[in-house]
Amino acid sequence: MKQLLSLCVLAVALVAWSFTSPVHNGYHVGDQARDFELKNVDGKMRSLASIKDAKGYIVVFTCNHCPFALAYQDRIIELHKKYAALGYPVVAINSNDKVVSPDDSYEDMQQRAKDKEYPFVYLHDESQEVAKAFGATRTPHVFLLDNNRTVRYIGAIDDNHEDPSAVKTKYLENAIDALRNGQEISLKETKALGCTIKWKRS
Amino acid sequence: MRKTFLFGYLLALGATLSAQEIPHIKADQLSAWKNAETDTVFVLNFWATWCAPCVAELPEFEKLHQAFSAQPVQVILINTDFRRDVEKRVRPFVQRQKLQSQVVFMDETTPNNWIDLVSADWSGAIPATLIVSKRRGFERFFEKQLRYEELEQTLREALAKP
Repeated sequence: MKQLLSLCVLAVALVAWSFTSPVHNGYHVGDQARDFELKNVDGKMRSLASIKDAKGYIVVFTCNHCPFALAYQDRIIELHKKYAALGYPVVAINSNDKVVSPDDSYEDMQQRAKDKEYPFVYLHDESQEVAKAFGATRTPHVFLLDNNRTVRYIGAIDDNHEDPSAVKTKYLENAIDALRNGQEISLKETKALGCTIKWKRS
Repeated sequence: MRKTFLFGYLLALGATLSAQEIPHIKADQLSAWKNAETDTVFVLNFWATWCAPCVAELPEFEKLHQAFSAQPVQVILINTDFRRDVEKRVRPFVQRQKLQSQVVFMDETTPNNWIDLVSADWSGAIPATLIVSKRRGFERFFEKQLRYEELEQTLREALAKP
């Protein structure tokens, strides 16, 4: 009887909790991300496992059109140049639906990668399944993974999207540096303004 | 004290609106709206001129502003364009669209410091809207493009609370 009662209390508590707690779909810090296979701008299918000698991955949900993403475009290139050689390459993913956001088609991605000489893979998440699995909501939206694909940091690249020269805190670089040095990442989640991911119209 | 500040601020906003100036606000203004001890229900919409879903829903907020003009409702369109674009893009846009709701510019550089002030549920994507009245104990947040019916219904719900 007592057991039954406590079970009832638990059930009520669970229902109450599911109504009051904010919805958080996708990965949290500490979760292990599932690998995926997406088409790169060079036409080849790529997975995280296909990236050789990686000690981790800087997964960035981004796109062609969004001004916040554009503001970070050069900074993402610099991040890759700095960290890929250390084992932390950028894996850029565009999940926007081209019907809703015409500048974000696969062909536009190819053009952008060519124009900006992207040194990293730029993957097309056409089904939007990867964005959903990660819980990406905006562009840009960063997920730092370690070599086991465990999510170690989620959020912004730094604290000033408009003016790179006025950046005071490089959240992502701080997280990567801590990870590389085997230290605790002090700020594991940050928020930034971004464009919504352009989901397919149902 | 805070009440005076808020009231004075809104008066100032109203006065500058006619000249179509866009007042710059700081994060503490968000807290002031959220914690205001008034009957007013604040409809805070975060938008940008280049954000297609934001621009698409602006007429809904304008309609709301008009429909509830006789009631204690404040529609505030909080712009998040780049600072350098406020005069050359945002102001001409506001004039062209003849926006009647209050437009302000979110003059903060570190979104991580103020996004949670709006709502813990906000990931930072725009459009985003908070409908809030502390005195009425009402707070509802949306991170998506809204339709008029949804806005109106939420606002009626808020106003129905004493």
